[in-house]
Amino acid sequence: MAVTQRPPSQDPIYDGTRIPSPIPTVLEIDPSLRDTDDILTVNFGPNHPSMHGVLRLVLDLDGEVVVGVKAKVGYVHTGFEKNMEQKTWWKAITYAPRIDYVSFQNNELVFVLAVEKLLGIEIPPKATWMRMLLCELNRLHSHLVWLGTSALELGAISMFWYTFRERELVLDLSELVAGYRMHTRYFQTGGLAEDIPPGFYPECRKFVEWMPKAIDDYDALLRKNEIWEDRTRGLGLLSRADAIALGQTGPVLRASGVDWDLRRDEPYLFYDRVGFSVPVLPNGDTYDRYRIRIEEMRASVEIVEQCLDRLERMEGEPWTADDRKVVLPPREELHTSMESLIHHFKIVTEGYRVPEGEVYVAVESPRGELGCYVVSDGGPRPWRVKFRAPSFAALEATATVVQHGYVADLIAIVGSLDTVMGEVDR
Amino acid sequence: MAFDGLPGLVEEKSAYGETTLVVDRPHLIEACMALRDEHGFDMLVDIAATDYLGWGSPGVSGYIGTAQGRNLNRPMTQGFQVLPAPKPKRFAVNYQLRAIRRGAPRVRVQLWVDDGESVPTVVEIWPGADWFEREVWDMMGIEVEGHPLHERLIMDEDWEGHPLRKDYPLGGEPVRFSGEE
Repeated sequence: MAVTQRPPSQDPIYDGTRIPSPIPTVLEIDPSLRDTDDILTVNFGPNHPSMHGVLRLVLDLDGEVVVGVKAKVGYVHTGFEKNMEQKTWWKAITYAPRIDYVSFQNNELVFVLAVEKLLGIEIPPKATWMRMLLCELNRLHSHLVWLGTSALELGAISMFWYTFRERELVLDLSELVAGYRMHTRYFQTGGLAEDIPPGFYPECRKFVEWMPKAIDDYDALLRKNEIWEDRTRGLGLLSRADAIALGQTGPVLRASGVDWDLRRDEPYLFYDRVGFSVPVLPNGDTYDRYRIRIEEMRASVEIVEQCLDRLERMEGEPWTADDRKVVLPPREELHTSMESLIHHFKIVTEGYRVPEGEVYVAVESPRGELGCYVVSDGGPRPWRVKFRAPSFAALEATATVVQHGYVADLIAIVGSLDTVMGEVDR
Repeated sequence: MAFDGLPGLVEEKSAYGETTLVVDRPHLIEACMALRDEHGFDMLVDIAATDYLGWGSPGVSGYIGTAQGRNLNRPMTQGFQVLPAPKPKRFAVNYQLRAIRRGAPRVRVQLWVDDGESVPTVVEIWPGADWFEREVWDMMGIEVEGHPLHERLIMDEDWEGHPLRKDYPLGGEPVRFSGEE
């Protein structure tokens, strides 16, 4: 079956709005249908094998057509925000990456950036370049996981093996740098936790040379694959206006034709010093969300390459700020310097203090705008930490994108929003 | 000032390069409408509520180590020796707004409420506020007036209490026969 592609234009994807009313996140079943015998109410999840994490969708089906949707979340609520209030600032950093366990490095970054904004501490350039490099590797990791699992759900099992092969390479690099494959806690207030180990640059170079070929392979497997096209083109539509109204960010927003990327439009780290393209596609369907992520992977490889070019020339430069009230002193000094020992003891036991204030910092995580709202009362522990999770907002669009689709397409559509439930429930 | 004439504007604060607009409760909807339609803030990014119970008192944030806590705000303790500025009411509800225009500023609308007071819903202005407002109710126990589905979002329907409040017990089970009964 040939599927015609919409010509790229500024026409709306559909007229008016499809956001359900009065409850924007619940698609209510039509009252005339409700009393008929044809409606079947199905619990989809919370532990369906093809669900991304533990999401429960209560569906009303008319035959195979979805006529009512209600998403239920909260199954993996672990109280991260409450926990972080009980920990000192530097211990709370370990919690941040676990919130979104697929884009761990970006979560770590946003919390560290928020604390640094309150502290007003200056970060050495080497640390900033390395943060950028790891965040882009992490974007690759996240998109690889998304691509592999999404294709798997539509029956393309081999995609899963291919993407997880490259995901393994990313995690190996992570392990080489930080000792951990995931949840590295490699970023800390002031810079990095340790210097970049020898041997990282050549390994990363190898990866950067390999990765574009791998991305071409994925694209060759899926882009013109008839089954993939039939099951993604023109499905899960979200118009530009609806995407903005529902607070969508990241690939979902860009696939609906909104040219917006925080890395370019509100540059943090050194994103204003590297060149990269921001893909934008007009159709707002599942297929475009797939295309956006493929193109973003290519852009990420470019950024990693540019970071490497800079970092390779920075051998021997400091990797963390020289502020003994915030940053732990070098280990070897503890044996010779009383002051270092005192600083070490103070930071480890009591923690450092962060000036009073409230800040909101946002970064472009693989899923969209990841924000961190932090309140400090001037003490050694955060008063309030709130993560603005992009998946949380993306799931709000479920009722808008799945309506009147087939239940078989539901997984592809909800999957294309790329939600990580750990981040939704926190 | 850029936001002069905003309905219900109590105070415009600027700190850490961020703008906070404190708005009074009766004019929140009008203020939000004006921000969306006149100032172009077309996206509601986040709603974050904060509980300021015990703000600035010893043993709340500064407590580490001893049962009674130490007053870390006392002079001669290291670090920041001033008490934090008092807050007008117990809860702050912060609406982070953003305009999808290059170089456009972000703004935070702040609304102060006491325990038991409700906030009006902004779902009709930004549909994306739906879950964020349900989360505010679920986690902080601030009622959202006029919300089309005023239910808990994350915790179970029959959960008692609101976990992110500062007076919510921090785990542990009561110890039987401890002498205090």
